[in-house]
Amino acid sequence: MHEWALAESIITTAVEVAEREKLKKIEEIDISLGELQQIEEDIFRFALDEILKSMNLRNIKIVIETENAVFECNKCKHTWNFEKDKLDEAEAEAIHFLPEMAFVHMRCPSCGSPDFTVIKGRGVSITSIKGEK
Amino acid sequence: MVDPRLSVIKKRLKDINNIIAVASGKGGVGKSMVSSLLALHLASQDKKVGLLDLDVYGPSTHIILGIPFQKFPEEDRGIIPPVFHGIKFMSIVFYSEDKPGAFRGIDVSNIIRELLAITQWGSLDYLIIDLPPGIGDETLDVINLIQPTEFLIVSTPSKVAMGAVEKLIDLLLELHLPIIGVVENMKIGDSNYVKQIVTSKDVRYLGSIQFVPALEEAIGDSSKLLKTPFIKDLERIIKKSL
Repeated sequence: MHEWALAESIITTAVEVAEREKLKKIEEIDISLGELQQIEEDIFRFALDEILKSMNLRNIKIVIETENAVFECNKCKHTWNFEKDKLDEAEAEAIHFLPEMAFVHMRCPSCGSPDFTVIKGRGVSITSIKGEK
Repeated sequence: MVDPRLSVIKKRLKDINNIIAVASGKGGVGKSMVSSLLALHLASQDKKVGLLDLDVYGPSTHIILGIPFQKFPEEDRGIIPPVFHGIKFMSIVFYSEDKPGAFRGIDVSNIIRELLAITQWGSLDYLIIDLPPGIGDETLDVINLIQPTEFLIVSTPSKVAMGAVEKLIDLLLELHLPIIGVVENMKIGDSNYVKQIVTSKDVRYLGSIQFVPALEEAIGDSSKLLKTPFIKDLERIIKKSL
Protein backbone atom coordinates (compact mmCIF):
# COMPACT_ATOMS: atom_id res chain seq x y z
CA MET A 1 0.00 0.00 0.00
CA HIS A 2 1.50 3.28 -1.01
CA GLU A 3 -0.64 5.09 1.60
CA TRP A 4 2.08 3.97 4.00
CA ALA A 5 4.72 6.06 2.22
CA LEU A 6 2.48 9.13 2.36
CA ALA A 7 1.66 8.53 6.03
CA GLU A 8 5.38 8.26 6.74
CA SER A 9 5.92 11.60 5.00
CA ILE A 10 3.30 13.22 7.26
CA ILE A 11 4.87 11.99 10.49
CA THR A 12 8.44 12.75 9.34
CA THR A 13 7.38 16.29 8.43
CA ALA A 14 5.50 16.79 11.72
CA VAL A 15 8.57 15.72 13.69
CA GLU A 16 10.80 18.04 11.64
CA VAL A 17 8.42 20.98 12.13
CA ALA A 18 8.17 20.25 15.88
CA GLU A 19 11.96 20.28 16.16
CA ARG A 20 12.22 23.49 14.14
CA GLU A 21 9.51 25.20 16.21
CA LYS A 22 10.98 23.81 19.44
CA LEU A 23 7.76 22.05 20.46
CA LYS A 24 8.08 19.86 23.55
CA LYS A 25 5.25 17.69 22.34
CA ILE A 26 3.11 17.32 19.22
CA GLU A 27 -0.54 17.36 20.25
CA GLU A 28 -2.43 17.44 16.97
CA ILE A 29 -1.75 16.99 13.27
CA ASP A 30 -4.41 18.23 10.84
CA ILE A 31 -4.30 16.60 7.43
CA SER A 32 -6.10 17.36 4.21
CA LEU A 33 -6.75 14.49 1.81
CA GLY A 34 -7.45 15.68 -1.71
CA GLU A 35 -10.26 13.71 -3.28
CA LEU A 36 -8.32 13.29 -6.55
CA GLN A 37 -5.73 11.01 -4.93
CA GLN A 38 -8.48 8.68 -3.62
CA ILE A 39 -6.60 7.77 -0.45
CA GLU A 40 -8.25 4.96 1.53
CA GLU A 41 -8.74 6.78 4.83
CA ASP A 42 -8.88 3.58 6.93
CA ILE A 43 -5.58 2.31 5.52
CA PHE A 44 -4.02 5.76 5.84
CA ARG A 45 -5.13 6.13 9.46
CA PHE A 46 -3.89 2.62 10.29
CA ALA A 47 -0.50 3.45 8.72
CA LEU A 48 -0.30 6.72 10.68
CA ASP A 49 -1.06 4.88 13.95
CA GLU A 50 1.52 2.18 13.26
CA ILE A 51 4.23 4.68 12.34
CA LEU A 52 3.48 6.79 15.43
CA LYS A 53 3.71 3.66 17.62
CA SER A 54 7.00 2.60 15.99
CA MET A 55 8.43 6.05 16.78
CA ASN A 56 7.10 5.93 20.34
CA LEU A 57 4.93 8.99 19.70
CA ARG A 58 1.70 8.75 21.70
CA ASN A 59 -1.43 10.75 22.39
CA ILE A 60 -1.30 12.71 19.14
CA LYS A 61 -4.71 13.63 17.78
CA ILE A 62 -4.97 13.09 14.03
CA VAL A 63 -7.64 15.14 12.28
CA ILE A 64 -8.30 14.18 8.66
CA GLU A 65 -10.50 16.18 6.31
CA THR A 66 -11.25 15.35 2.72
CA GLU A 67 -11.15 18.21 0.23
CA ASN A 68 -13.28 17.83 -2.88
CA ALA A 69 -11.33 18.05 -6.11
CA VAL A 70 -12.20 20.96 -8.42
CA PHE A 71 -10.79 21.52 -11.90
CA GLU A 72 -10.75 24.58 -14.15
CA CYS A 73 -10.21 24.43 -17.89
CA ASN A 74 -7.40 26.73 -19.05
CA LYS A 75 -9.10 27.11 -22.44
CA CYS A 76 -12.82 27.68 -21.79
CA LYS A 77 -12.68 28.37 -18.00
CA HIS A 78 -15.31 25.73 -17.27
CA THR A 79 -15.05 24.34 -13.71
CA TRP A 80 -16.08 20.86 -12.66
CA ASN A 81 -15.77 18.28 -9.91
CA PHE A 82 -14.01 14.91 -9.88
CA GLU A 83 -16.22 12.15 -11.20
CA LYS A 84 -14.46 8.87 -10.55
CA ASP A 85 -17.22 6.80 -12.12
CA LYS A 86 -16.40 8.34 -15.53
CA LEU A 87 -12.96 6.67 -15.42
CA ASP A 88 -12.23 3.01 -15.86
CA GLU A 89 -10.64 1.13 -12.96
CA ALA A 90 -7.07 1.33 -14.29
CA GLU A 91 -7.33 5.07 -15.01
CA ALA A 92 -8.68 5.78 -11.51
CA GLU A 93 -5.91 3.68 -9.99
CA ALA A 94 -3.23 5.47 -12.02
CA ILE A 95 -4.56 8.79 -10.67
CA HIS A 96 -4.50 7.31 -7.16
CA PHE A 97 -0.75 6.63 -7.54
CA LEU A 98 0.07 9.85 -9.42
CA PRO A 99 -2.72 12.47 -9.31
CA GLU A 100 -1.23 14.23 -12.39
CA MET A 101 -2.37 11.26 -14.44
CA ALA A 102 -5.66 13.20 -14.42
CA PHE A 103 -4.09 15.20 -17.28
CA VAL A 104 -3.63 11.95 -19.19
CA HIS A 105 -6.95 10.28 -18.48
CA MET A 106 -9.35 13.24 -18.16
CA ARG A 107 -10.48 16.06 -20.44
CA CYS A 108 -12.54 19.21 -19.91
CA PRO A 109 -16.16 17.98 -20.06
CA SER A 110 -17.20 21.20 -21.77
CA CYS A 111 -14.63 21.71 -24.58
CA GLY A 112 -12.52 18.53 -24.48
CA SER A 113 -9.26 20.35 -23.70
CA PRO A 114 -6.51 18.39 -21.91
CA ASP A 115 -5.17 21.71 -20.54
CA PHE A 116 -6.77 22.29 -17.15
CA THR A 117 -5.75 23.08 -13.58
CA VAL A 118 -6.47 21.22 -10.37
CA ILE A 119 -7.84 24.16 -8.37
CA LYS A 120 -8.07 22.14 -5.15
CA GLY A 121 -8.25 18.64 -3.75
CA ARG A 122 -5.11 17.20 -5.38
CA GLY A 123 -3.44 15.13 -2.69
CA VAL A 124 -2.12 14.84 0.83
CA SER A 125 -1.03 17.91 2.78
CA ILE A 126 -0.61 19.05 6.36
CA THR A 127 -2.83 22.00 7.23
CA SER A 128 -1.74 22.45 10.85
CA ILE A 129 0.53 21.03 13.55
CA LYS A 130 -0.33 21.93 17.12
CA GLY A 131 1.86 21.32 20.14
CA GLU A 132 3.14 22.36 23.51
CA LYS A 133 6.05 24.83 23.58
CA MET B 1 -0.12 24.11 4.10
CA VAL B 2 3.00 21.95 4.27
CA ASP B 3 4.01 19.56 1.52
CA PRO B 4 4.92 16.40 3.48
CA ARG B 5 6.57 14.67 0.53
CA LEU B 6 9.72 16.77 0.72
CA SER B 7 10.75 15.39 4.11
CA VAL B 8 10.87 11.73 3.03
CA ILE B 9 12.72 12.14 -0.26
CA LYS B 10 16.12 12.05 1.49
CA LYS B 11 15.05 8.93 3.38
CA ARG B 12 14.07 7.17 0.14
CA LEU B 13 17.50 7.90 -1.38
CA LYS B 14 19.67 7.34 1.68
CA ASP B 15 20.96 3.90 0.69
CA ILE B 16 22.09 4.95 -2.79
CA ASN B 17 25.84 5.40 -3.18
CA ASN B 18 25.88 7.39 -6.43
CA ILE B 19 23.16 9.43 -8.08
CA ILE B 20 23.91 10.40 -11.66
CA ALA B 21 21.64 12.73 -13.63
CA VAL B 22 22.12 12.41 -17.38
CA ALA B 23 21.38 15.86 -18.75
CA SER B 24 21.77 18.10 -21.78
CA GLY B 25 20.75 21.58 -22.77
CA LYS B 26 19.46 20.20 -26.07
CA GLY B 27 17.02 17.50 -27.11
CA GLY B 28 17.81 14.67 -29.49
CA VAL B 29 21.43 14.27 -28.42
CA GLY B 30 20.97 10.75 -27.01
CA LYS B 31 20.52 11.34 -23.27
CA SER B 32 18.02 8.51 -22.92
CA MET B 33 20.28 6.19 -24.88
CA VAL B 34 23.24 7.07 -22.64
CA SER B 35 21.09 6.71 -19.47
CA SER B 36 19.64 3.37 -20.54
CA LEU B 37 22.90 1.84 -21.74
CA LEU B 38 24.80 3.17 -18.75
CA ALA B 39 22.27 1.46 -16.46
CA LEU B 40 22.37 -1.70 -18.58
CA HIS B 41 26.16 -1.83 -18.61
CA LEU B 42 26.48 -1.25 -14.84
CA ALA B 43 23.86 -3.95 -14.17
CA SER B 44 25.79 -6.35 -16.42
CA GLN B 45 28.81 -5.68 -14.18
CA ASP B 46 26.78 -6.91 -11.18
CA LYS B 47 26.24 -3.42 -9.82
CA LYS B 48 22.94 -2.66 -8.07
CA VAL B 49 21.37 -0.13 -10.42
CA GLY B 50 18.20 1.93 -10.58
CA LEU B 51 16.95 3.94 -13.56
CA LEU B 52 14.47 6.78 -13.05
CA ASP B 53 12.99 8.29 -16.20
CA LEU B 54 12.06 11.90 -15.44
CA ASP B 55 11.32 12.87 -19.01
CA VAL B 56 7.63 13.16 -18.20
CA TYR B 57 6.58 14.50 -21.63
CA GLY B 58 8.45 11.94 -23.66
CA PRO B 59 9.64 9.02 -21.55
CA SER B 60 11.67 6.72 -23.77
CA THR B 61 14.00 4.56 -21.66
CA HIS B 62 11.32 1.85 -21.56
CA ILE B 63 11.33 1.80 -25.39
CA ILE B 64 15.12 1.58 -25.57
CA LEU B 65 15.30 -1.25 -23.02
CA GLY B 66 12.16 -3.05 -24.20
CA ILE B 67 10.42 -2.73 -20.83
CA PRO B 68 6.72 -3.63 -20.70
CA PHE B 69 4.59 -1.05 -18.87
CA GLN B 70 1.10 -2.57 -18.86
CA LYS B 71 1.18 -3.59 -15.19
CA PHE B 72 1.27 -1.27 -12.16
CA PRO B 73 4.38 -1.73 -9.99
CA GLU B 74 3.80 -3.56 -6.71
CA GLU B 75 3.08 -1.70 -3.48
CA ASP B 76 4.77 -2.36 -0.18
CA ARG B 77 4.97 0.67 2.07
CA GLY B 78 5.41 2.64 -1.11
CA ILE B 79 6.02 1.65 -4.71
CA ILE B 80 8.55 -1.07 -5.44
CA PRO B 81 10.32 -0.38 -8.74
CA PRO B 82 10.07 -3.50 -10.89
CA VAL B 83 13.33 -5.08 -12.06
CA PHE B 84 14.11 -5.51 -15.77
CA HIS B 85 17.50 -6.69 -17.07
CA GLY B 86 18.82 -6.34 -13.51
CA ILE B 87 17.74 -2.68 -13.33
CA LYS B 88 15.21 -1.31 -10.83
CA PHE B 89 13.09 0.82 -13.12
CA MET B 90 10.66 3.67 -12.52
CA SER B 91 8.86 5.85 -15.05
CA ILE B 92 5.48 7.56 -15.31
CA VAL B 93 4.80 5.26 -18.23
CA PHE B 94 3.51 2.64 -15.76
CA TYR B 95 0.67 5.05 -14.95
CA SER B 96 0.21 6.99 -18.19
CA GLU B 97 -0.17 3.90 -20.40
CA ASP B 98 2.29 5.76 -22.68
CA LYS B 99 -0.43 8.30 -23.54
CA PRO B 100 0.30 12.05 -23.73
CA GLY B 101 -0.16 14.31 -20.74
CA ALA B 102 -0.68 18.09 -20.88
CA PHE B 103 1.41 18.94 -17.82
CA ARG B 104 2.18 22.49 -16.78
CA GLY B 105 5.27 23.32 -14.68
CA ILE B 106 3.60 22.78 -11.30
CA ASP B 107 2.29 19.42 -12.48
CA VAL B 108 5.77 18.30 -13.54
CA SER B 109 7.11 19.24 -10.10
CA ASN B 110 4.27 17.35 -8.44
CA ILE B 111 4.98 14.23 -10.51
CA ILE B 112 8.67 14.35 -9.57
CA ARG B 113 7.98 14.95 -5.87
CA GLU B 114 5.39 12.18 -5.77
CA LEU B 115 7.64 9.65 -7.53
CA LEU B 116 10.58 10.50 -5.28
CA ALA B 117 8.43 10.30 -2.13
CA ILE B 118 6.76 6.97 -2.83
CA THR B 119 9.42 4.94 -4.68
CA GLN B 120 11.30 2.54 -2.41
CA TRP B 121 14.64 2.08 -4.19
CA GLY B 122 16.33 0.27 -1.31
CA SER B 123 20.08 -0.11 -1.52
CA LEU B 124 21.75 0.78 -4.84
CA ASP B 125 25.27 1.36 -6.12
CA TYR B 126 23.95 3.72 -8.79
CA LEU B 127 20.72 5.55 -9.51
CA ILE B 128 20.70 6.90 -13.05
CA ILE B 129 18.23 9.70 -13.73
CA ASP B 130 17.25 10.39 -17.32
CA LEU B 131 16.40 14.09 -17.54
CA PRO B 132 14.56 15.87 -20.34
CA PRO B 133 16.45 18.55 -22.29
CA GLY B 134 17.00 22.03 -20.97
CA ILE B 135 17.01 23.74 -17.62
CA GLY B 136 13.33 23.34 -16.80
CA ASP B 137 11.37 22.07 -13.83
CA GLU B 138 12.80 18.57 -13.95
CA THR B 139 16.43 19.72 -13.85
CA LEU B 140 15.70 22.33 -11.17
CA ASP B 141 13.81 19.83 -9.01
CA VAL B 142 16.67 17.34 -9.27
CA ILE B 143 19.09 20.11 -8.24
CA ASN B 144 16.89 21.14 -5.30
CA LEU B 145 15.56 17.81 -4.07
CA ILE B 146 18.26 15.23 -4.79
CA GLN B 147 21.59 15.92 -3.20
CA PRO B 148 24.24 15.10 -4.00
CA THR B 149 23.58 14.49 -7.67
CA GLU B 150 26.43 14.35 -10.14
CA PHE B 151 25.69 15.49 -13.68
CA LEU B 152 26.74 13.57 -16.75
CA ILE B 153 26.24 15.88 -19.70
CA VAL B 154 25.57 14.70 -23.22
CA SER B 155 26.11 16.69 -26.42
CA THR B 156 26.58 15.98 -30.09
CA PRO B 157 29.33 17.51 -32.26
CA SER B 158 26.76 20.06 -33.50
CA LYS B 159 27.40 23.72 -32.77
CA VAL B 160 23.65 24.11 -32.33
CA ALA B 161 23.58 21.45 -29.59
CA MET B 162 26.67 22.84 -27.90
CA GLY B 163 25.10 26.32 -27.82
CA ALA B 164 22.43 25.00 -25.46
CA VAL B 165 24.72 22.57 -23.63
CA GLU B 166 27.07 25.41 -22.74
CA LYS B 167 24.22 27.18 -20.92
CA LEU B 168 23.56 24.09 -18.80
CA ILE B 169 27.26 23.73 -18.01
CA ASP B 170 27.49 27.41 -17.04
CA LEU B 171 24.49 27.13 -14.73
CA LEU B 172 25.81 23.99 -13.02
CA LEU B 173 29.21 25.65 -12.59
CA GLU B 174 27.58 28.78 -11.17
CA LEU B 175 25.75 26.61 -8.62
CA HIS B 176 28.97 24.68 -7.82
CA LEU B 177 27.26 21.39 -8.66
CA PRO B 178 29.38 18.35 -9.46
CA ILE B 179 29.80 17.63 -13.17
CA ILE B 180 31.26 14.23 -14.02
CA GLY B 181 32.00 15.49 -17.52
CA VAL B 182 30.70 15.76 -21.05
CA VAL B 183 30.11 12.86 -23.44
CA GLU B 184 30.16 13.70 -27.15
CA ASN B 185 27.56 11.44 -28.73
CA MET B 186 26.93 10.63 -32.41
CA LYS B 187 30.48 11.60 -33.30
CA ILE B 188 31.22 11.90 -37.01
CA GLY B 189 34.56 13.20 -38.22
CA ASP B 190 37.40 14.39 -36.05
CA SER B 191 36.44 17.90 -35.02
CA ASN B 192 37.79 19.08 -31.65
CA TYR B 193 35.07 21.70 -31.30
CA VAL B 194 33.22 20.13 -28.31
CA LYS B 195 36.43 19.12 -26.54
CA GLN B 196 37.85 22.63 -26.84
CA ILE B 197 34.75 24.33 -25.43
CA VAL B 198 34.34 21.85 -22.58
CA THR B 199 37.98 21.94 -21.50
CA SER B 200 38.02 25.75 -21.71
CA LYS B 201 35.44 25.69 -18.91
CA ASP B 202 37.60 23.34 -16.82
CA VAL B 203 35.05 20.56 -17.26
CA ARG B 204 36.19 17.04 -18.17
CA TYR B 205 35.70 15.93 -21.75
CA LEU B 206 35.03 12.23 -21.23
CA GLY B 207 35.26 11.07 -24.82
CA SER B 208 33.08 10.38 -27.80
CA ILE B 209 30.58 7.76 -28.86
CA GLN B 210 30.67 7.12 -32.58
CA PHE B 211 27.53 7.53 -34.66
CA VAL B 212 26.13 4.04 -35.16
CA PRO B 213 23.40 3.90 -37.83
CA ALA B 214 22.57 0.28 -36.91
CA LEU B 215 21.84 1.20 -33.28
CA GLU B 216 18.18 1.69 -34.14
CA GLU B 217 17.87 -2.02 -34.93
CA ALA B 218 18.99 -2.95 -31.40
CA ILE B 219 16.42 -0.72 -29.67
CA GLY B 220 14.11 -2.72 -27.47
CA ASP B 221 16.51 -5.67 -27.22
CA SER B 222 18.88 -5.48 -24.25
CA SER B 223 21.17 -8.29 -25.39
CA LYS B 224 21.62 -6.71 -28.83
CA LEU B 225 22.24 -3.31 -27.20
CA LEU B 226 25.04 -4.79 -25.10
CA LYS B 227 26.81 -5.88 -28.29
CA THR B 228 26.71 -2.53 -30.10
CA PRO B 229 29.77 -0.31 -30.68
CA PHE B 230 27.86 2.29 -28.62
CA ILE B 231 28.34 0.24 -25.47
CA LYS B 232 32.05 -0.28 -26.23
CA ASP B 233 32.58 3.47 -26.43
CA LEU B 234 30.46 4.01 -23.32
CA GLU B 235 32.49 1.39 -21.40
CA ARG B 236 35.70 3.24 -22.26
CA ILE B 237 34.14 6.48 -20.97
CA ILE B 238 32.82 4.86 -17.78
CA LYS B 239 36.18 3.28 -16.98
CA LYS B 240 37.84 6.64 -16.68
CA SER B 241 34.98 8.60 -15.16
CA LEU B 242 32.89 6.48 -12.72
